[in-house]
Amino acid sequence: MWRYIGRKLGIYGITFVVAVTINWMIPRFMPGDPVRSMLSRASVSDPEALERMTAYYNEVFGLDTPLHQQYFAFWAGLFRGDLGVSVWLYPEPVVDIILRHVPFTLGLLLPAIILSWIIGNRLGAFAARSKVLDNTVLPIGYILTATPYMWLALLLAWALGVVGGFFPTAGGYSFALTPSWTWGFFTNLVSHWFLPFLSMFVVALGGWAIGMRNMIIYELEADYSNYLQALGAPRRLIRRYAFRNAMLPQITGLAVQLGTIIAGALLTEVVFNYPGLGTLILNSLNNNDFFLLQGIFLFVVVGVLIANFIIDIVYVLVDPRTRVRMTGGAS
Amino acid sequence: MTLRVNDLKVHYRTLRGDVHALDGVDFELADGEIMGLAGESGCGKTTLGKSLIRLDGRMRHVGGTVELDGEELPIADDRAMVPFRYHRVSLIPQYAMSALNPTRKIGRMIDELLRSRGVRPRKVADELRRRLELVGLEPDVLGRYPIELSGGMKQRVVMVMSTLLDPSLLIADEATSALDVSTQRSVVESLVGFRDRGYVKSMIFVTHDISLVHQMADTVMVMYAGRIAEKASTRTIIEAPRHPYTRMLIGALPEVGTTTSDTRLEGIPGTPPGLLDPPVGCRFRARCPLASEECLRTPPLTEVAPGHRVACWKTGA
Repeated sequence: MWRYIGRKLGIYGITFVVAVTINWMIPRFMPGDPVRSMLSRASVSDPEALERMTAYYNEVFGLDTPLHQQYFAFWAGLFRGDLGVSVWLYPEPVVDIILRHVPFTLGLLLPAIILSWIIGNRLGAFAARSKVLDNTVLPIGYILTATPYMWLALLLAWALGVVGGFFPTAGGYSFALTPSWTWGFFTNLVSHWFLPFLSMFVVALGGWAIGMRNMIIYELEADYSNYLQALGAPRRLIRRYAFRNAMLPQITGLAVQLGTIIAGALLTEVVFNYPGLGTLILNSLNNNDFFLLQGIFLFVVVGVLIANFIIDIVYVLVDPRTRVRMTGGAS
Repeated sequence: MTLRVNDLKVHYRTLRGDVHALDGVDFELADGEIMGLAGESGCGKTTLGKSLIRLDGRMRHVGGTVELDGEELPIADDRAMVPFRYHRVSLIPQYAMSALNPTRKIGRMIDELLRSRGVRPRKVADELRRRLELVGLEPDVLGRYPIELSGGMKQRVVMVMSTLLDPSLLIADEATSALDVSTQRSVVESLVGFRDRGYVKSMIFVTHDISLVHQMADTVMVMYAGRIAEKASTRTIIEAPRHPYTRMLIGALPEVGTTTSDTRLEGIPGTPPGLLDPPVGCRFRARCPLASEECLRTPPLTEVAPGHRVACWKTGA
């Protein structure tokens, strides 16, 4: 078991290094000079002042050193928790900006992923129960999974926000309020949170329901199900076994889908102008703020890696077969 | 008489019509009898085994009755059959290797099955351990997952599990087909031992392997194309078969005890008829060397000697 975890950690470690390297490379080889764009906003007309300011900022951002030094400096900063200074919101540190936005994304992602997974699985298992249910849940599920996140988000924003007026369609909370631990602020937060959450939840739900429905039908046809039926075991027991066994591929599916879901969350945030990492990415792109962009990607990568690692461990705990293979049992 | 099957007809529903998989099967099984049920693939032997415990979704009971210990089995009624299953009729399936839930420890699965059938696991726990030891398994297999067991071990676990409630009738459907020869032998011996100890009253051993039947069965029933061709004691079937099909089937086997053989073994030319639209008269007619005019009428299953019944017009010949 520990050897397995160690090996997995090694693999994730390598992935992390590669991800960080790519992450560091992309903004540096992207066209566009961030310092120049920052200065152009300040509209400095004196060429000498411009040159000196450029030199100053290049030094601040560490862009005057050779590339390999920049690379190692990046790693060193990473371990100190220092991802540099933002260009767009100069001179705020990147980490502070990200930490301010992360709670919004997590608050959106975690409930959407976990609830859609649990409810989708239940729904799929339930649909496999009868022809009528199957014939309704399946097509709806297909339509939902085929829906692009932002399209559904737009649709919901239009229907429930603009036309219905039930929910606000933009922002994380009303601009009239300042964040505080009051009931009023909390309800305002939830009302802003609801639509982006709903759009992500609904799209993910369909996929899980279809997957579960297919898996459970497969499991109900499996030999052990037939054997138990022949011995007169009640449907309840057989369904319980089938459900549990059908969950296993769904856990793997969760690990595989995680990246897609996060990408979907980023788009959804942009649609609702929700102050999470997605909107932040858009802003940093628009402002050529590659330190910020780099920091956000790093956070996303680390988040996905941690989540995958947790799923790997959970899988070993729930499926005895993987455990046996690791400890080397008979057959 | 444990089991009495009268004119049992079971069809498979397909899009092109009904496949007459069992077309009037008539036989009896005495107390303590182990009957080998032999025949080619598709002759209806598995269908017969299934019909006695659980019809699957495509199977339809068309006619005939099944009596177990003098009580009629409601084989067409899935729900009404439940009380009989496991308690009175049990099954060792063809797929014993994968019959155990892969994510449950074996002991826990057995407990859950017992509890769902209204049996307190604690009441049979000692018996379960004793029987596991009887088939050569350590009781600690109960604490293991199926993947930790070899194929033969899983087979024996299923054997013990299926017979735990001392059923009147055990259907062993190709129970040894997936095993190697040495394991086959021990499984067969265990099954006979179960009968001798009274764990099961009588047994139908479905197989295509006549030499295996020879080792264990008291009687053999040979089926052909959904009907019974011949039923007799094992000795009679091997030494003095009367139905031409049985004769050719036995002739297709290497002789017991010989190491070299001068003559090439004969196969049976041709293939069995399709059962979607079975031919009239004797179904073996097309492949039978003795076939004549009278074979256009269906031969009745007649008793030619005590306990020896044959469905052929040529038995006198």
